[in-house]
Amino acid sequence: MAPKLPIYMDYHATTPVDPRVLEAMLPYLREDFGNAASRNHPFGWKAEAAVELARKQVADLIHASDKEIVFTSGATESNNLALKGVVEFYKHKGDHIITLSTEHKAVLDTCKRLERIRQERLDELKALRLAQLSGQDVTPENATALAAEHALEQDATWQKWSALPTGGARVTYLTPNKDGLVDLEALKAAITDRTILVSVMLANNEIGVVQPLAEIGRICREKGVLLHTDATQGAGKVPFDVEAMQVDLASLSAHKMYGPKGVGALYVRRKPRVRIAPIIDGGGHERGMRSGTLNVASIAGFGKAAELARAEMADEAVRLGRLRQRLLDGLQRELDFCHVNGSLEHRMPGNLNISFAYVEGEALMMAIKDVAVSSGSACTSASLEPSYVLRALGVEEELAHSSIRFGLGRFNTEEEVDYVVKLVVEKVKKLREMSPLYEMVQEGIDLKSIEWTAH
Amino acid sequence: MAYSEKVVELNERPVNMGTLDKADPNVGTGLVGAPACGDVMRLQLRIGDDGIIQDAKFKTFGCGSAIASSALVTEWVKGMTVDQALAISNRDVARELALPPVKIHCSVLAEDAIKAAIADFKKKREERAGKAAVAQTNP
Repeated sequence: MAPKLPIYMDYHATTPVDPRVLEAMLPYLREDFGNAASRNHPFGWKAEAAVELARKQVADLIHASDKEIVFTSGATESNNLALKGVVEFYKHKGDHIITLSTEHKAVLDTCKRLERIRQERLDELKALRLAQLSGQDVTPENATALAAEHALEQDATWQKWSALPTGGARVTYLTPNKDGLVDLEALKAAITDRTILVSVMLANNEIGVVQPLAEIGRICREKGVLLHTDATQGAGKVPFDVEAMQVDLASLSAHKMYGPKGVGALYVRRKPRVRIAPIIDGGGHERGMRSGTLNVASIAGFGKAAELARAEMADEAVRLGRLRQRLLDGLQRELDFCHVNGSLEHRMPGNLNISFAYVEGEALMMAIKDVAVSSGSACTSASLEPSYVLRALGVEEELAHSSIRFGLGRFNTEEEVDYVVKLVVEKVKKLREMSPLYEMVQEGIDLKSIEWTAH
Repeated sequence: MAYSEKVVELNERPVNMGTLDKADPNVGTGLVGAPACGDVMRLQLRIGDDGIIQDAKFKTFGCGSAIASSALVTEWVKGMTVDQALAISNRDVARELALPPVKIHCSVLAEDAIKAAIADFKKKREERAGKAAVAQTNP
């Protein structure tokens, strides 16, 4: 039987709300609409009870205590809060962060801003000191010359000032190995006495690779450095235990685990206590770490989604692992020049990131328009660069342009997988017929021997 | 991003997709772009001794807009003189396909492909003329 079209295989982008989750949410959008912070009437009490139940459900999923869960608007906010909150709170202890070059942009761009804040602060202090030393107005144009003239680097006052807390951070971006996994020795070597935080994701959103968090946690605990993990993709899909893995902060999102969009959480460890400065000020909700009226219905849905994930994860992982194998086997049986990107062994069960050489990813997506997938091709983004994640793994640019990410999830069926295999095989063959590169390779021409005109 | 109807149509029915005989002295081949950039176009033109383009074929590795751009110019150039084909601008292609700004480079590539194919044809011509001249002077 032909499956219903279109077929959704982009579960890393988002997931549909599970009908059981929707049921759990509806009362709080109807009669139980109260504000969870209203302490003096039953409307508030009901809302608060819903939030506290959800807090427990989310905590249980990751083996935390409910007091360690801070609800946010989603994982982007959680990542921002974790990084900025730690940097601000621990600025007298150090200012160095270590992360991976394959992290999500919510982590990488937060790191970039922290680097910029530090640099701007240092530039200000430098201009101030140079003005004192030279008696002149300091501009970006004359700063370098004045610094040389007054031997700024040897100046004792400047040395003292430049070691002051800046509110920003220095960041080391570790390149993973070609499987996408962090190099634990490189991580150890990167930790200095100024390092306050390591941020490594649980599972990657493009290639699904799962990092060895327990090992990373052990290293961080030994060195007295906090460990944050962006668990957005991995939580509810692969085992994640903040106690066993010694994680101090973890970002979670509801809509990646069949909950609603616009709600997430940050796990903040209590024993030993981890402190963060808030990035949103206001009524002091969430124990002062995240002000703002709680999104009760969505939080209730998040809780239900977490409860379902916890109950069903083991069976679902087996089922999705089988579906992925069926997908991969089907594609490889019919197509040559297929490359799986990232470790197949250390990977979320629902993820398959694969490059079909000599076929451009966006063209393939267009050809299989009844199937929703995603591509690392530059053409799918506003920039002209292909996926930075694949590039960090050392995947050649042309293969990065040819990559497709299949994200299998709760509602995919064998029939759908079989349909997708058939369709993709047909379209890849058709596009290869159309590809000058494939023709050249068939003729035995080495594509690397050609002088291409880069544009 | 939504594609224009014309782009979709040219992808579903890529007219003139294929290969002409490279060894044919009347066939010029243009290969432009780079695999690392995500698009490579090969345009082949068979040009009569009267300078009229008799046939055009393309093969393209690239996104839907790149495929449509190359397919479109093969439709356009058939029956044109070499000079008319050289006058085709990427703006004409971009306008016809309603390409968004990020896809303009696809139309540029199509224009480059026409120019490269004609340059290759002219080079072949000159080589042939050269050989003929050599043959004449050294009987």
